[in-house]
This record gives sequence, structure tokens and C-alpha cells, in this order.
Amino acid sequence: MIRIRGIMWITLLVSAPLFSDEVTSFAYRDDLDPSLVRSGYEWLTKESKALQDDEFENPGWLWVEHGRQLFVSDSGESSCASCHQTSDLMFSSSATRFPRWSDSQQTLINLEGQINQCRELRMARGSLALESPEMLSLTAFISQLARGQPVNVPLTEEVKPFWQAGRDYFFRRKGQMNLACSQCHDERAGQRLRGDLISQGHPNGFPLYRYEWQSLGSLHRRLQDCDAGIRAEPQALGSEIYLSVELYLAWRARGLTLESPAIRR
Amino acid sequence: MIRISIPQSADLGEVIEIKAMLQHPMESGYRRDEMGRTIPRDIVAHFSCRFESQVVFKTDWGPGVAANPLLTFFARVNRAGTFYFEWRDLQGETFKTERTIEINR
Repeated sequence: MIRIRGIMWITLLVSAPLFSDEVTSFAYRDDLDPSLVRSGYEWLTKESKALQDDEFENPGWLWVEHGRQLFVSDSGESSCASCHQTSDLMFSSSATRFPRWSDSQQTLINLEGQINQCRELRMARGSLALESPEMLSLTAFISQLARGQPVNVPLTEEVKPFWQAGRDYFFRRKGQMNLACSQCHDERAGQRLRGDLISQGHPNGFPLYRYEWQSLGSLHRRLQDCDAGIRAEPQALGSEIYLSVELYLAWRARGLTLESPAIRR
Repeated sequence: MIRISIPQSADLGEVIEIKAMLQHPMESGYRRDEMGRTIPRDIVAHFSCRFESQVVFKTDWGPGVAANPLLTFFARVNRAGTFYFEWRDLQGETFKTERTIEINR
């Protein structure tokens, strides 16, 4: 409730929409200047920064360790390691290039989608549920391999329509509070939302450990929380619109280094 | 998952730092789900660390302990041997691991 009341405060600061047509349903659309991009890490307290930097005390490494076990062997059947070497530089940096276009599925996929595509097409095993401990552990392990490398999603012709849809979602006013993502994360980043500092909303730490969750979670779970916070309808995990937002956010954060498993409030 | 941080070897009589972390939700039993039903309490209530047969650190926990509890404590090493770590939850399930330490020559 405290968070929701905090957000209501913000609504007093933003002007109410005067018209309901398509044009005014967007907030001011201006992509974040790449020279101003700052990781959410910079808005953490020094204690939280220390926790993220400590490879033992950071609880996200519990998932990384589990993911390492799943990657190498998963109860004797074929595993990720049957095809992939973690020492392979192309593979170890792969987390920086998602979401990307999948030729076999003819759509945009993120790392979770890639893992399930591998499991179904190459390993003949069922897909993992999104947000399941196994999926989070695998994405944490693979993302951790690319720690310190810059986010670098190629904006190819195939993914452009998704990028556009994700960008539209980011700037579209929605929910009972009629807020767009951009109004907090572009226009008011660094300001206070009651007791919290608003970050620029970058995806470079996911999957990450959130104090509020007391657990590791994916970007899509975070997006659901954001949508619920502005009283908009949360979209499904892995839905096309969240994949599109993920692509726009990754493009918006280009050049930021991966931090997974990051720590956030 | 259990993570333990402990040196592989120590000088005779050295005080070493031991860190132990257990992956566990530590559900307090006070929260409710979306339907208003109480989420059952699921916590680890006891932790002990033994060196061979001797208890070197022991603690009891309540529902106020956060998820994935991390402990840091110290022990003096007077001989080579094995540390045994054990967590036990309210249902009696145990989570165990061990680490062997050598004495530097």
C-alpha cells in the first residue's frame, strides 16, 4: 500500500490527459540519451552495492551454482553442455545479444525462449516453466557468464516491428493512473518515489535478486510489478508485448555492462 | 543449494572465518496469497556446525529471518578435521554438507 500511495503522489505531479485520442495517449516521446544511461546499480545504497559485488554473500549466486549443475548434467540425460562449451566466447557472451530473432520459430525470443527452444528442438525434452527455479537458475548461470560485457542487441530488420511495439508500450500512458513507463524512468529517474529512488529501468541485471521478492526473478516478473504498480493490467510472462518491451529496453541500455545476478530493492 | 566459504587449510591455532548460506524461502506463516489464504509457515529453525564431534556454532531461528539465510562465524582450528554443517526445518527435513580442513606445515 505504501508503494501505491507513493505512486499516487506522482500522479499529482503529472498533468492529467486532456484528450483521450490516440495522439495524447502517449507521453512525451524522446529516447533516453545514450550518454546519460546509468545502471540501476548506481542508485543502490553502498551496502547493497557491496552485497552485489560479493560473489559469496550475493544470494543470486545460489541460483548460478544450481544453474551450473543443470547446465552440465540434468539427471543423466542430454544437457546444455552436450552442445555448448562455457569456454566458447561466442556462447559465454550470448546473454548480451538477447532478445533476438529466431529463424526456427520466426519470432522474437529472449534467453528463456532460447533455452526452451533448445530443450524442445535439440534435446527432445519438455520446456521449462517461466519463473520456475530451474529456468531462473539456467538464465542466471548463462547471464553470469557474460557479466561485465556490454548489452548489444542487433536491431535487424526482422526485429524492428517488435522494437517499435516495445517502444510504443514504454511511452504509452496506461492503467488507472494513466502513467507511461517513460514518465518515471526517463523523465524522473534519480528523483524520489517516497522512500525509494527511481532508476532508469534498465534490464542489464536480470535475472536479479530483489529484496521485495526475497528471491531471484526475471525481467518479465519485474514488468508485471511495474504494470501492477501503475494499476495497469499486467501482461503474461513471455508474452509478445513483454518480449518487445525487453527488446526496446535492451536497445535503450546498449553499452551498459551485464550485472546478473544483480541486487535490487 | 548450500554455499560454504571456508579456507582449505589453516595454521595451527588460527581463527578462521566460516560463511554458510542456504537457499530457502523462510516463509514466515504471516503472509497471505492473492485469495486471502494463509501461506503455511516454512522456515529453517535450527542450524549447527560441528568440528568432528564438537559443536562449534549453534543457533535457533524464528519466522523473522529473511530468505536464503547467510551466517558468518569464527572457529579456532587446533587440528585437521571435518566441519559438518546442518540445517533443520520445522518439518524435520535436514540440509547437510561438510568441509575438510588441513593444517599448514
